[in-house]
Amino acid sequence: MRVKNFSWFRLQDNLKNFSFVLPAILIFSIFYIYPFFDIFRLSFHEWNGITPSMKLVGLQNFQELMQDGVWWQAMWHAAYITLIALTFQNILAFALALACDREIRMKRFYRVVFFIPPVLSEVVVGLIWQWILYAGMQDGQHIGLLNYWLTKTGLPHLVHNWLSDPTTALTCIAVVHSWKGFGWGFIMLLAGLQTIDRQLYEAARVDGASSWRLFTNVTVPMMVPVMLVVVILTVLASMQVFVLVLSMVGQGLGYHTEVPVTRILSAMTGTNRFGYACAMGVNFGVILIMVSVAFKWLSNRMKQA
Amino acid sequence: MAVEPDEAGVKGGRSMMENNSYVVQRTIKGFLIHMFLIIFAVTCLFPLFWMLRSALMTNETVFTDKSFIPHTINFGNFAQAWTEGNFGIYFFNSLLYTTCVVIGIVLVSSLAAYSFSRLDFPGKNFFFYMFVAAMMIPLPGSFVPLYRLMTVLGLINTRIGYILCMINVGLSMSILLLKTFFDKMPSDLEDAARIDGCSRLGIWRHVALPLARPALAVIVIFNSLNVWNEYILATLLLNDRSLMPLQRGLMVFQGTHSVDYPLLMAGLTIAAIPIVVIYLAMQKHIVKGLSSGAIVG
Repeated sequence: MRVKNFSWFRLQDNLKNFSFVLPAILIFSIFYIYPFFDIFRLSFHEWNGITPSMKLVGLQNFQELMQDGVWWQAMWHAAYITLIALTFQNILAFALALACDREIRMKRFYRVVFFIPPVLSEVVVGLIWQWILYAGMQDGQHIGLLNYWLTKTGLPHLVHNWLSDPTTALTCIAVVHSWKGFGWGFIMLLAGLQTIDRQLYEAARVDGASSWRLFTNVTVPMMVPVMLVVVILTVLASMQVFVLVLSMVGQGLGYHTEVPVTRILSAMTGTNRFGYACAMGVNFGVILIMVSVAFKWLSNRMKQA
Repeated sequence: MAVEPDEAGVKGGRSMMENNSYVVQRTIKGFLIHMFLIIFAVTCLFPLFWMLRSALMTNETVFTDKSFIPHTINFGNFAQAWTEGNFGIYFFNSLLYTTCVVIGIVLVSSLAAYSFSRLDFPGKNFFFYMFVAAMMIPLPGSFVPLYRLMTVLGLINTRIGYILCMINVGLSMSILLLKTFFDKMPSDLEDAARIDGCSRLGIWRHVALPLARPALAVIVIFNSLNVWNEYILATLLLNDRSLMPLQRGLMVFQGTHSVDYPLLMAGLTIAAIPIVVIYLAMQKHIVKGLSSGAIVG
């Protein structure tokens, strides 16, 4: 039977247990949950970030956003970077992982080296590549290494103002983004490949399967779950890229290299429209959630198939 | 073409001496696979090498001399970047922020994860899934309300404000990782300690934390990388040069000395070297963390 002060003891016990999570919950509530709801509230207001009062404008920010050509252009730019990352970066990562998934010398070396770009910051990566892609001339010689090499190797017609020409700047950013990112995919895909039971391969070989059949009928089906994780992570990371844009071209190219997060940033710090910046954030967040839900749905369909 | 010294040993396959077509075929295949891997390994390393090389040149030679090893090596850029370029202060700040944030995350998240895994209280699952949900929901632009909050709290342009924000950034992932680890860990030792009269806090400190060292290593390394490389919150929250970390300092430096490439490259080297060294020292944990992430996901 319960004694009378047992529940008092239990309350004390619960409180003690709860005190373990209290610091985490406090920090999380103040710095995550509160801003999370505040972004919705602010998105219905017009506020310059300085005055204590803000004006309630309802859905006006969202209506304006729907007609904001630059915003949707920025969205397409991010989609373009994502498309290059999904194809170029992920196919490269998978090819390298396949090449490493065997008894091969220097396997550890490759694994270590391919993950060096991902550990560098976007600022460092962006500034190094900006220096390599530099387009100026001095004493009749190209300063940037890429243009210098292009002239030296007999391809002077390919010399280009890589980062100041609007037609190539975005592609350069996407390629550098892929350079920085493929190591993630490589490590995750390699880990996935190594969990495939070797006996599956041997059984298929005994049955007379060719290497190509082995790849399409054993490797790929076994890898679908890991590939989908890599795809979703790539989409989320590439859509939200922006530090690389700032460090490679800054804001000097008009609207040609704008991506959603740089738009949010310039609405906030450039034109002091905090409410509008929040509306952009909400809009973009909803789009990202829809995209990742779509991929999840697709992955469930593929698993059933 | 750029050939790094460590690429000299292209000896993928067996010796060609055996006159066997199968062996020859395998050797060629191995050679091609190595060529493919080496090309991309060089692509990964070369920009870093070029950064280091440019940092060792002077402003006069850097624009015209394109040799891999510069004729005159000039270490002065590092000293100049360190003092005049303010990189000494930025470096100290980055070090301080990274240390404080990582210690904070380890303490706060291990306490919480231990409680979520081993102890019981009403609403436990609700709070745990709150942290998990935060990882799932992408919230671009959350820095706008965060900036407002920090202004209201008077934490803008303070070290403590930035540190608290960054602790929050790494919290969810660390709690999830540690809780999964604690769930798999047998609780025999903790039971023994409890029978011996050890308090909850004592068990956490003397039993659970030491046993969780592998998971803690993953948390420490990932959060260190994350804080060291963080840019956007540092830009919005810190305006004083004396408070800025390296990533922010680099962009400020680039904005004011846009043509002084050797100095900029020296600054980049100062920002990149510590992280590369830590990575090389701890890369086993990184691979482990990523692989487990891939399988959990």
